[in-house]
Amino acid sequence: MKISENWLREWVNPSISTDDLVAQLTMAGLEVDAVEPVAKAFSGVVVAEIVGIEPHPDAEKLRVCQVSTGSSDNTQVVCGAKNARVGLKAPFAQVGAVLPEDFKIKKAKLRGVESFGMLCGASELGLEDQVDGLMELPQDAPVGDDFRIYLQLDDNIIDIDLTPNRGDCLSIRGVAREVGVLNQTEVNEVARAQNAVTIDTTFPVEIEAQADCPKYIGRVIEGVDVTQPTPLWMIEKLRRGGIRSIDPVVDITNYVLLELGQPMHAFDLDALQGGIVVRKAKANEKITLLDAQELTLSTDDLVIADHDKALALAGIMGGEGSGVSDKTTRLFLESAFFEPIAIAGRARGYGLHTDSSHRFERGVDFQLQERAIERATELILSIAGGEAGPLVVKDFTVKEPKKVLLKLPRVKQLLGFSLPKEAIVNMLEGLSIDVASSDEKLDCTIPSFRFDLAIEADLIEEIARIYGYDNLPTTQLKLPASFYPKSESEVSLMSLKQQLVALGYEEAINYSFISKDEQANFAEGDQIEVLNPISSDMSVMRQSLLPSLLKSVKHNINRQQTRVRLFESGRVYLPSAEGFQQDLRLGGIIYGTHSPEGWSNNTKVVDFFDVKGDVSALLSLMNLTCDFSPSEKQGLHPGQTASIEYNDQEIGFLGAIHPSIVKKLGLGQDAFVFELSLDILNKRALTEFSAISKFPSTRRDLAFIVSDDIQAGQLIQSVNESAGDYLTDCVLFDVYTGTGVEEGMKSLALGLIFQHPDKSLSDEEVQSTIDVVVSTLSQGYGATLRN
Amino acid sequence: MPFPFFILKITIFLSECMENLDRLKEEALAKVAASTALQDLETLRVNYLGKKGEITALLKTLGKLSSDERPKAGALINEVKAEVADSINAKKEALESAAMAELLASECVDVTLPGRMQAVGGLHPVTKTIERITDFFTSLGFRSVEGPEIEDDYHNFEALNIPSHHPARAMHDTFYINDNTVLRTHTSPVQVRTMEAEKPPMRIICPGRVYRCDSDLTHTPMFHQVEGLLIDKDISFADLKGIIESFLAVFFEKENLAVRFRPSYFPFTEPSAEVDIACVMCDGKGCRVCSHTGWLEILGCGMVHPNVLTCSNIDPEEYTGFAFGLGVERMAMLRYGVNDLRLFFENDCRFLGQFAKA
Repeated sequence: MKISENWLREWVNPSISTDDLVAQLTMAGLEVDAVEPVAKAFSGVVVAEIVGIEPHPDAEKLRVCQVSTGSSDNTQVVCGAKNARVGLKAPFAQVGAVLPEDFKIKKAKLRGVESFGMLCGASELGLEDQVDGLMELPQDAPVGDDFRIYLQLDDNIIDIDLTPNRGDCLSIRGVAREVGVLNQTEVNEVARAQNAVTIDTTFPVEIEAQADCPKYIGRVIEGVDVTQPTPLWMIEKLRRGGIRSIDPVVDITNYVLLELGQPMHAFDLDALQGGIVVRKAKANEKITLLDAQELTLSTDDLVIADHDKALALAGIMGGEGSGVSDKTTRLFLESAFFEPIAIAGRARGYGLHTDSSHRFERGVDFQLQERAIERATELILSIAGGEAGPLVVKDFTVKEPKKVLLKLPRVKQLLGFSLPKEAIVNMLEGLSIDVASSDEKLDCTIPSFRFDLAIEADLIEEIARIYGYDNLPTTQLKLPASFYPKSESEVSLMSLKQQLVALGYEEAINYSFISKDEQANFAEGDQIEVLNPISSDMSVMRQSLLPSLLKSVKHNINRQQTRVRLFESGRVYLPSAEGFQQDLRLGGIIYGTHSPEGWSNNTKVVDFFDVKGDVSALLSLMNLTCDFSPSEKQGLHPGQTASIEYNDQEIGFLGAIHPSIVKKLGLGQDAFVFELSLDILNKRALTEFSAISKFPSTRRDLAFIVSDDIQAGQLIQSVNESAGDYLTDCVLFDVYTGTGVEEGMKSLALGLIFQHPDKSLSDEEVQSTIDVVVSTLSQGYGATLRN
Repeated sequence: MPFPFFILKITIFLSECMENLDRLKEEALAKVAASTALQDLETLRVNYLGKKGEITALLKTLGKLSSDERPKAGALINEVKAEVADSINAKKEALESAAMAELLASECVDVTLPGRMQAVGGLHPVTKTIERITDFFTSLGFRSVEGPEIEDDYHNFEALNIPSHHPARAMHDTFYINDNTVLRTHTSPVQVRTMEAEKPPMRIICPGRVYRCDSDLTHTPMFHQVEGLLIDKDISFADLKGIIESFLAVFFEKENLAVRFRPSYFPFTEPSAEVDIACVMCDGKGCRVCSHTGWLEILGCGMVHPNVLTCSNIDPEEYTGFAFGLGVERMAMLRYGVNDLRLFFENDCRFLGQFAKA
C-alpha cells in the first residue's frame, strides 16, 4: 500500500525523521518496501496566471503570453502549449529555475521574441509521464506562491508491504494508529462527520445473505453535479496513494477508502430498479463488470442486485451501467461490511484483485460503515453539491466484542523473559485493547478493527512487537544430546554423488515437470499432469530423470560443449492405485569423448561399457552384486540396454539413447544413460570378514569359442557355479572375433584363479576342476576350448 | 761351483720380472684409462688380474726367486694388482654413473604437461548449500527428514492453519494436480507429517524441492527450501533467536554478522518473524543487492502456532516450539555471488564447473 507521508503526518506527527519513521514501521512488522519522493527535485517554480496572450509574429504554433506572478510587472513568455489562454493558472519556471534532470531555465529568444521563463506541464516537472499542454491549476491557486509548497510536493510516498493479517493498516487511519502506538503520540482523527438530512428520499435495501453481509448502509444523495472538478489536494493525495482521478464521486469513495479503510460504492440511483438486494448469485447468472469483463457466476458468489439483475460483485467490483456517469445526478451510496470468508478467494477465482476485495478479504472494521458513509457524504456535498437523504441501515453484526484471555506465565514461556504486568497492560491498552486483570490473567477485549487478534499467542506477538523484536532476549539453547541410530547398510546419497563427481560428472538439477513430448520419448500411458502449468514445456510430472538430463546435454551442446557428463538425483512421479508414487532416483548421462581432450588422453568416444563401468563403480561402493541382463526400455537402444537386478528385483537400468531420439534432438553422437532407484540405498550387506589364505593362488587361462549369441555373463556365471569352492575369481580378459575364429562365433578368454585356505592346491586338483568347467560349458553352451 | 753366475742369473731374472711388472702395470692402467665400456673393463680385469691374467702369472714365477727376494717381489706384484684393480673399479664406477646420468637425461619428461586423468565433476551449488545448512543443524541433533512433493491440500495448507479462503493462499501461487492435490508450496508439510507420526520432543530439518506458479527474473517455478522444527517443553522465542543467529554467523562465516528480527506473518507461526542480515555484499553499507537498505531478508521463522500443534495432537499448553524456513537458492546466490537465479536450473557446464573447485 502506498501512502503519502505528509498525509500520514496530518494524522500523527511524531518528531522523527522520515528515515526513522520508515525504520520504525519496518521493525513493527509493517515492512516498508520503498520510499520515493513525490516529485523530483526542482526549484524556482511558482504559481502564475496568464493575463495576456498574442500570436507570435513569426511562428504559427507559438504564442506570446504575459504572465503574472503577483508583482506589478508582468513577465513575457513564449509558449507553444495549446491550452494556454488568458485566465489560466499554471506552474511557471522563472529565469534561474532548475527543473528535473538539472534543466536550467534561462532568458531566451524564440524566433526573435524574448522569453523570460517557461510555463510548465506536469511532465516537465516530473509529476506525470507524457501529458500534453500546461498543467491547469484551480482558479483559487495563489498566484506567486512557490509551486512545491502549494502542492506540498516536498513529500514522500511510503510503500508498505502489509502482511495479510494486518488488514487494519490498509488506510491512513490504520497506519496512523500504529505510528501513534509506537511513538506514544496522539492521533488527530478527522472529526466524525454529521450531515444534515435535507431530503427524505430512500431506496429500499434487503439483505438475503445475512451471514455474508452482516451490515449494509445505504443513502440517497440528490442534486449532485459530477461535472465539478475534484479538488487538487484530493487528486494529489489519491495520486500519491496510487489511484487515478476519475470523477468527484468515485474520487471521494476512493479517498475514504484510503483515509479510513472502508471500501464504498456509488450507484446511479436512476439506473436501479426497485431496491437493493444483497444475495447469493443464481447459478450461471451473468454480470458485466466495470472493466467490461463478463462473468458467469456461481451460487457461492455474493452479489449486490436490484430487483432486476446483479449490479455488482459484492466487495469486489461494481458492474457496468449502474455506476456513476457524467449524467448522474442522483446517487445511491453503499457502505457495507462483508465477511472476509464471503469475499476471500472469490476475487482470485475470477482473476480479479481490487482495492476493495483486498481489504474485505483481510477484514474491514465492522464498526466503520456509518462513519465512512458520513465522511463520504460530507465530501460529496461540499465538492459536488446535492442533498442527503437518511441512512438506511441493515445491521446483523454480533454486538459482543471478541475477548481473549492472556495468562501472564505464557508470555514468559513463549518469549523467554518476563515483563511486569503493568508494562504488558500498558502496551495492550495502547493498542486499543481493553484489559481487565485479575492476578496472572488478563481479560482482553479486542477492538473491532483487529481481525487478526484471536488467540493468546496473537496477543503475545503484539507485546513482542511493541517491545521490539530486537529488544527481546537471545538465549543459547541447551539441547540434550540426541542421536539417531544409523544402519551401516545404508549408503548415503551424498557418497554416491561424490563417487559420480570423482568419475567426472557434474550434478544437474532440473525442474520436476517436463513437456508431454519429452515424456513421450521415455514413457507412455498414464502420467500426472499439472492442472495449471506455467507453460506446456512444464505440464507433466516427469516419470524418469532422463528427458531433462537429455535436455541439459542438448543445452550444453548448443553452447559449444563437446563432452558432457551429468547426473541428477530427484523424484520421479508415477500414477498408482494409491495415488502418487514419488520415487527417488539417481540418473546420469554421458556424451562425447571418454576423457577430456589432452596430449595423451584416449580420444575414444563413450560407449555402453563406459556408462556400465560408472554404474558398476556405484554398485561396488554399495557393496551390491547385481546382475545385468538385456532389456528393452522405451527411448533406449534395444540392443544396448541392460536392466540391473539385485536379488531378482530390478533396481535400475542403463543403455544407449535410441538412435531415433539422438537424431531427433540433433545430438550428433550417441549418449549413454543410467537410472537407479535409490530404494537400494539401504540394501547393502554389512561386510563379513573372511580370512586371507597364506597359500599361493594358481591361475589358469582358458579361451572358449562360443556362438556369438551366448552372453559372457552366462558363461561366467556357469564357471562360478561349476568351478568348486576354491575358485576365488574369474576374470574375462579378452573378447575376440576375427581371423582364426569362425564366423558367427567369438572367443572369450577367462582367467580362473584358485586358492585354498589351508594348503597349496596341486596341479591335479586344479586340473580336475578345470575339466569339470570345460565339460559344463561345453554341455551348457557348446563351448569349445580354443587352440 | 760358479756361485756368482748363479747369483747373476737370479738377479737378472728378478730385474726382468720387475721390468715386466712395470710394463704390465703401465699397459693395464693405460688400457683402463682408455676403456669406454663396462665390458672392456671386465675383459681387462680378466686379462690382467684373472686367474690366468698376465699380472697374476707373474706371481707364479716367484718360485724361481730366492726365499729372500720372494716376499719382496710378491708384495710388489700384489701392490700392482691392487693398483690395477682400484683403477678398474674407479673406472667402472665412473662409467656406471655416466651411464646412469645418460639414462636419466634420456628419461627426462616435461613435468608441465598435464597429467592423465578423468576430469573431476562437481556438486550442484544448491546441494552444497543444503549440505552446509543441514550439517549445522544435524550437528545439533536435528534429523534430516524428507516428504512427498505431490502433497495433499490438508498437509500443505489446512494443517498449517491456512484454510481455503485464507488470503495467505494468494502468497502461494499454487500448482494443482487436482482439486485436492498440489505441488507443495513449501517444505512445511514435512513438519506436519513428522508431528503426526512422532511424539515430542522433536528436532527435524527438512530440505527439498518446492513449487510456486511464478516465473520471472527473480522467481523460478521450482526452488529449494530448508525447513526446521524444534518442539519441546519451554522452548521460547529467545531460543529461536539464539539458534538462528548462530546458524547465520556459521553459514556466512562471519562471527559478528548483524542479524535483525522483524515482526512478520505466517499463518503457521505466532509470533512470526522475518530475519534480515547485514548485506554480505557491502557489509551493510548499502548496495544494489540489498536495494541500498544495508539489509537482506534471509529467512522466515516463528513459534509454532497453537492451532498447528493442536491439529497434530500436540498440546500447546504443554509443548512449545519454533519453526523456520529458508530459500536455498537465495542463500547460494549470496554465498557464491550468483546474480541470476535461473542459472541454477539451466545446468550449463560452464556454470556447474565453477563449483567443482570450491
